[in-house]
Amino acid sequence: MEVVMRADAKVRVESGTESSPRGPGCSLRHFACEQNLLSRPDGSASFLQGDTSVLAGVYGPAEVKVSKEIFNKATLEVILRPKIGLPGVAEKSQERLIRNTCEAVVLGALHPRTSITVVLQVVSDAGSLLACCLNAACMALVDAGVPMRALFCGVTCALDSDGNLLLDPTAKQEKKARAVLTFALDSVEQKLLMSTTKGLYSDAELQQCLAAAQAASQHIFRFYRESLQRRYSKS
Amino acid sequence: PSAGVKGITVEPLEYYRRFLKENCRPDGRELGEFRTTTVNIGSISTADGSALVKLGNTTVICGVKAEFATPSTDAPAKGYIVPNVDLPPLCSSRFRTGPPGEEAQVTSQFIADVIENSQIIKKEDLCISPGKLAWVLYCDLICLDYDGNILDACTFALLAALKNVQLPEVTINEETALAEVNLKKKSYLNIRTNPVATSFAVFDDTLLIVDPTGEEEHLATGTLTVVMNEHGKLCCLHKPGGSGLTGAKLQDCMSRAVTRQKEVKKLMDEVIKSMNQK
Repeated sequence: MEVVMRADAKVRVESGTESSPRGPGCSLRHFACEQNLLSRPDGSASFLQGDTSVLAGVYGPAEVKVSKEIFNKATLEVILRPKIGLPGVAEKSQERLIRNTCEAVVLGALHPRTSITVVLQVVSDAGSLLACCLNAACMALVDAGVPMRALFCGVTCALDSDGNLLLDPTAKQEKKARAVLTFALDSVEQKLLMSTTKGLYSDAELQQCLAAAQAASQHIFRFYRESLQRRYSKS
Repeated sequence: PSAGVKGITVEPLEYYRRFLKENCRPDGRELGEFRTTTVNIGSISTADGSALVKLGNTTVICGVKAEFATPSTDAPAKGYIVPNVDLPPLCSSRFRTGPPGEEAQVTSQFIADVIENSQIIKKEDLCISPGKLAWVLYCDLICLDYDGNILDACTFALLAALKNVQLPEVTINEETALAEVNLKKKSYLNIRTNPVATSFAVFDDTLLIVDPTGEEEHLATGTLTVVMNEHGKLCCLHKPGGSGLTGAKLQDCMSRAVTRQKEVKKLMDEVIKSMNQK
């Protein structure tokens, strides 16, 4: 019987000393990650952010249909299944966002004419869902051993009617907010890989949110590093 | 050299880079220059509002039909706006017949988000009788020629078509509780803002070019679309992956988007003025 390696890493990130320009209320929620929990996919990860939880599985590099193959790099596919109901147009749109983000970091040229499939299942949605999906996808890709140029993470910012910035909002905070911005940042230079926004906001507010997201992403990347260190130090 | 050169280049990326080094593109445009934009309003007589937009070769037609519907129970004083983008096999060889592909679905979702975020029409304005009757505006966007930058063309077509929509006056007869439509009395919709989309393509992780053609989109390493309204507020920053961008580069995009918004608004106002003069 194979012994399945499990790594539990729980890091609590508290408010107050957060590196955000605004005062309290700018902390990230408690997040946790578990890797290699599924036996069939090549890599899997479960990412928790507060009460939001997403399960990701990665299959690849595997065989690809001739119609979908690309001669010089791997074909990336993302499937996002919502918690209830059938996937619709909104899910397709989010799948494309996640896929393009992964394509920017995965070294597809090392595995031409293969397919890498990322399957995401929403387990519970309590706000900041897209960011949680991105984090779960990244951890699963790492678990599968897919070669990547950099790691990426998702951060959500909400702007309320007074112009206050809120990082990692809950579902309730998202509903009340004037604008919700989700960014995907890379780990090398914290450049903006992906962005999708809801609501109205000004140019200056965008730069503010981006700066706050870049600061928050440092915490997430540190968490990735600690989580992986803990996992591989056991073996 | 013609603008729509078709043919197989052996090294398309290298060919392109040679132009980019001189700060121009194969079709003669500069990096920050848009293609010729033309708009034609009111061409579909069977629709309540319509517009045809051409951005270079990219052609999108939008038709708006208004129908009656019962408002939902959790929003009894709100009507509906339902956009749908169709990319038929006519516009490009990469689309097949059958259910909408990913590109069409993503574009439909984008347009729905723009309508929702920019509050171009307040859904409360579409309500006729709370809880009983409201308007539903079906906005159908069909691409007739796909040569890149479909998002900008669709947003512009939608805005122009909505400005062209005229809704008849509806009164609810208290005795029979039926709706009475007065086709002789029509009024335009109350369009609150003018959101305009500006799309960029990222090349080799550093260079940003505006209004990419189909070829350029294919060779690009990333895309970015900014939707801005006349108050300088952003309704959408759509960057579906691709190469990373710094905050400074984003700032350049914003300034270009502001200029573009003014150009498009001017064009739209001219067209509407000429329509009303007829």
